[in-house]
Amino acid sequence: MLLTLVTFIPFIGGLALLFIPKGKDNLVRGVATAAAAVSLVLSVIVLLGYDKSIAGMQFIEQCNWIPSLNVTYFLGVDGLSIAMLVLTTLLSLISVIYSYNITSRVKEYFFFFLLLETGMLGVFVALDFFLFYVFWEITLVPMYFLIGIWGGPRKEYAAIKFFLYTLFGSVIMLLGIIALYFTSAPHTFNMLELAKQAPLFTKIFQNVIYVALFIGFAIKVPVFPFHTWLPDAHVEAPTAVSVILAGVLLKMGTYGMLRVSFSILPQAVAYFAIPLAVLAMINIVYGAYCAMAQKDLKKMIAYSSINHMGYVLLGMAAMTTAGMNGAIFQMFNHGIITGALFLLVGVVYDRAHTRDIEGFGGLGSIMPVYTGIMMVAVFASLGLPGLAGFWSEFMCFLGAFQVQNTWMKLITGFSAIGIIVTAAYFLVMIQKVFLGPVNEKWKGLPEINTRELIAVLPLIVIMIVLGFLPRIVMELSSASVASMLNTLGTLKP
Amino acid sequence: MINYAYIIPFLPLAAFAVNIFFGKRLKGVSAYIGIAAISASFLMSLAIFFAFLGGAQKYEVNPEWLNLGAVKFGMGFLVDGMTSVMLIVVTLVSLLVQIYSIGYMHGDPRYPRYYAYLGLFTFSMLLLVIANNFAMMFVSWELVGVSSYLLIGFWYEKKSASDAGRKAFITNKFGDFGFSIGIMMIFALCGTLNFGEVAEAISKGTLSGSALTLAGILVFCGAIGKSAQFPLHVWLPDAMEGPTPVSALIHAATMVAAGVYLVARTYFLYAASPAASAVVAYTGIFTAFFAATMALAATDIKRVLAFSTVSQLGYMIMALGVGGFTAGMFHLTTHAFFKALLFLGAGSVIHGAATQDIRDMGGLGKHMKITMVTFFIACLAIAGIPPFSGFYSKDEVLLAAFNYSKPIYIVATFTAFMTAFYMFRLFFRTFTGEMRTKLHPHESPYSMTIPLMVLAVLSVVAGWLFVQGHAFESLVHFKEGAAEEGNALVVWISIAASVIGIGLASAIYVFKVVPDGFFRNKFPRIHKVLINKWYVDEFYDKTVIKPSLNLARRLFSFDAKYVDGAVNLTGLVNVIISKLHNIFDKAAVDGAVNGVADVAQSGSGLLRKVQTGLVQNYMFLLVAGAALAVVVFFFIK
Repeated sequence: MLLTLVTFIPFIGGLALLFIPKGKDNLVRGVATAAAAVSLVLSVIVLLGYDKSIAGMQFIEQCNWIPSLNVTYFLGVDGLSIAMLVLTTLLSLISVIYSYNITSRVKEYFFFFLLLETGMLGVFVALDFFLFYVFWEITLVPMYFLIGIWGGPRKEYAAIKFFLYTLFGSVIMLLGIIALYFTSAPHTFNMLELAKQAPLFTKIFQNVIYVALFIGFAIKVPVFPFHTWLPDAHVEAPTAVSVILAGVLLKMGTYGMLRVSFSILPQAVAYFAIPLAVLAMINIVYGAYCAMAQKDLKKMIAYSSINHMGYVLLGMAAMTTAGMNGAIFQMFNHGIITGALFLLVGVVYDRAHTRDIEGFGGLGSIMPVYTGIMMVAVFASLGLPGLAGFWSEFMCFLGAFQVQNTWMKLITGFSAIGIIVTAAYFLVMIQKVFLGPVNEKWKGLPEINTRELIAVLPLIVIMIVLGFLPRIVMELSSASVASMLNTLGTLKP
Repeated sequence: MINYAYIIPFLPLAAFAVNIFFGKRLKGVSAYIGIAAISASFLMSLAIFFAFLGGAQKYEVNPEWLNLGAVKFGMGFLVDGMTSVMLIVVTLVSLLVQIYSIGYMHGDPRYPRYYAYLGLFTFSMLLLVIANNFAMMFVSWELVGVSSYLLIGFWYEKKSASDAGRKAFITNKFGDFGFSIGIMMIFALCGTLNFGEVAEAISKGTLSGSALTLAGILVFCGAIGKSAQFPLHVWLPDAMEGPTPVSALIHAATMVAAGVYLVARTYFLYAASPAASAVVAYTGIFTAFFAATMALAATDIKRVLAFSTVSQLGYMIMALGVGGFTAGMFHLTTHAFFKALLFLGAGSVIHGAATQDIRDMGGLGKHMKITMVTFFIACLAIAGIPPFSGFYSKDEVLLAAFNYSKPIYIVATFTAFMTAFYMFRLFFRTFTGEMRTKLHPHESPYSMTIPLMVLAVLSVVAGWLFVQGHAFESLVHFKEGAAEEGNALVVWISIAASVIGIGLASAIYVFKVVPDGFFRNKFPRIHKVLINKWYVDEFYDKTVIKPSLNLARRLFSFDAKYVDGAVNLTGLVNVIISKLHNIFDKAAVDGAVNGVADVAQSGSGLLRKVQTGLVQNYMFLLVAGAALAVVVFFFIK
């Protein structure tokens, strides 16, 4: 029952919002916050009750839903999803708090936001493919409206692009799902059941389905060359939506690959390991270089997301203990770190109404607290040891380099260039925005306020704590990864 | 005491935390918090140092830190004789620098922040010193990098300062690129990152041959960055943009020592691979020579010292490469004292004379007696005049080089000559003769001169003390680096080289036998190359920085034009197709008979209704279509 509650309480909260009379915006904000908070608390209860030494599903809930199609309502968490679950509830609550500054059409905004949260949580806990797909599609609609209504100047273009692009991906994914359904005997959407039947599928079938599903997931991640919707969507989306978009939505792609492709299509995964690593390398290096060319802060961080998701792909392609755990940890860390970065960019944008890197200067003297926090987040993002991001990147690289394949080693080595480029563009950004003499134009900018601090500080604390003790999150996935690697037949130290 | 060694780094970290969070309220008190913490660390280090002098055994703790099933990591600390020496060097220099900074940084608006960063810097370096595995080494390594970034760019309102901080960080990233791949290689082949276990794997032959050589060279890349070896030395001369006490810390004890320490700590990689050792040795000797040439022409007091640091580091690295691990570490230790002294002395000069250009100085000795005397001692030490500390360590280094390769030895000796020359050129131009411009020099306060005196004493005695009863060797020894026979020839030649260097400097700058500017006028081209630092910066600008920025721009315009263009084109094509449909519908309507037209009209009307542009409708159609497909399939089966 717990997982159902975690998943649907935001939605119930969203429905409750609809009954609040017009004009009571603060009540709307309160109810939304309460719903997100309850969901967070319940997800933490799940986390505390989660036994990391067990590889299989926990907190299972299963009942019939559409018996004629053998569709079940089937939820559960394991090492692949537990961290994502908490990440989603946490970032959602933080984003809701940050969104108090939304003043137009408040009720609708929070309704869509909470609906989005339910959709995302559902994706991470659903174990029935049909259910998974339903949740997957549910996330699309509120995101479309959140960007399209509350977004920036080119919001319509960005929203349509996001919607059609990801819809295109999910249609192809749907074809893959239907094919899997009809190939399985007896027909089932149950992911665990499909995983058991995996050896029965022919190799060619596996490869075709893998590609179909991959396109759906890759658009979400996004993997080059399907990534161009992301910078547009980020630049136009309101701050809190960017946080969710980068922090959670992208992870649905990599999570989907792990949950579906890696579990159900092991042979195809092995077959496509090197191409996946090549795409990872492109994401890392290409994303980093594109970020370097940006003048808009948000766009820079959007491209850095492409770069950072590349590490996840690299760790996954490795299929080693260090790589896979590193990839899952990197998914979590990227959510925390990039979430914080988008919040912080929002803070300065709300004050200066510009994000042009060249136009700032000397903010370090004007907003010292803000600058300090931003520096921590930036250093976490560029993989500074002592902060969370380092360990996950390090593990992805360690794991990838372990693979006994010269191509894999070369790809990994080449990908490491991305780390240098990342350091370069972030430090240039810091220098242009925060260092140097005070730019008179921004002399009056107020320091970061309490609401913003409440939103961003928890993320900063997590970055530092996980920087010293990565095991807190990283070991959550170890048992599940070990059993998955066992089936993939590549269990290596 | 030894088993509490892990506390040593965390005391400065605590000072960092206190100063960064409460600095605004603490104001001047923040200095005392920093000094108290580092004093405690120093006392603990002292106790550990004497325990090892008394014959204590190596101590390692390796608790489990991450357990992923098939992969486990330990994260602990390792204390042996070498660690104890490094602990002393780092805590002592840091302590003196922090005391000195009370006077030097007095009145700076970000005074508490300065002490916070010093705490972070010292913490990182101490953590590096006690690390027992590559991962922890790498972590502290990068933390050293980021603290130096913060301190070099401390006066960030100046563009040159923030540029220098960024340059230091990114240049080091290039070295770290190799270092991290080296670590990956070691992990891939040995399955562990613990120093002891990797050494064991090498002795068992798990890691050997060309893989070992490659791993050794890659790890050494890290040292090339941090210890400012050619070709990554470019950041160090610029790093003097930071406050001068920070330069002292960077050049003596914290940052640059890390690279040398890394190679010494992982000596098992190099001892087992002659090829990797050779790379280390030749990189070192080239750097030593190359940097010394630049010091000959530089006119900024801190820049001369910076080049001399690069050159001396080359010496140490060369010593490690030729198998003289103990000699290299010995030189690191003595150098830490006299180089800290030189920088703090330079700071005192800058503080008193308000200029950094030695062409403007001269005759400062009359006004700054303590500074002059201590600086003079440091110059004798770095020149290698007995019985000053530099003599002993340099002698060991030259001896190791002599036994390894004669060409290396000859270049090293010539470098010793250049070192003596440029140091005394610096000394004479600064402190003796007539004042060239109107300065109002004054001696610095005691908080600044007392550290100078302490370091001066150490610069005199440290070398001599450490050779008594082979004390240093008993502390810092390696299986392969056994004690080498003394060689009187090497000793006398090295002394002669230094004396000639000093003699030449005094001939030009004191006795004016050779006119000042003689070499400059005689070889203007060489002089130009030297003051332009062999154009290495310009070379990097042309071959690395500009092309990278260009590549970034090009890739992004490719992204916008083609990758995104393809997406937009697809969208556009779809829109056009739907418009054509519409036109076709209309044409069909116009051309058809009434009855047919009616049907067509209602049909096309329906179609147009479908094309509402409302995403919800598309969505509905999509799901309905999918459901239909499912149902159809279901019934066909």
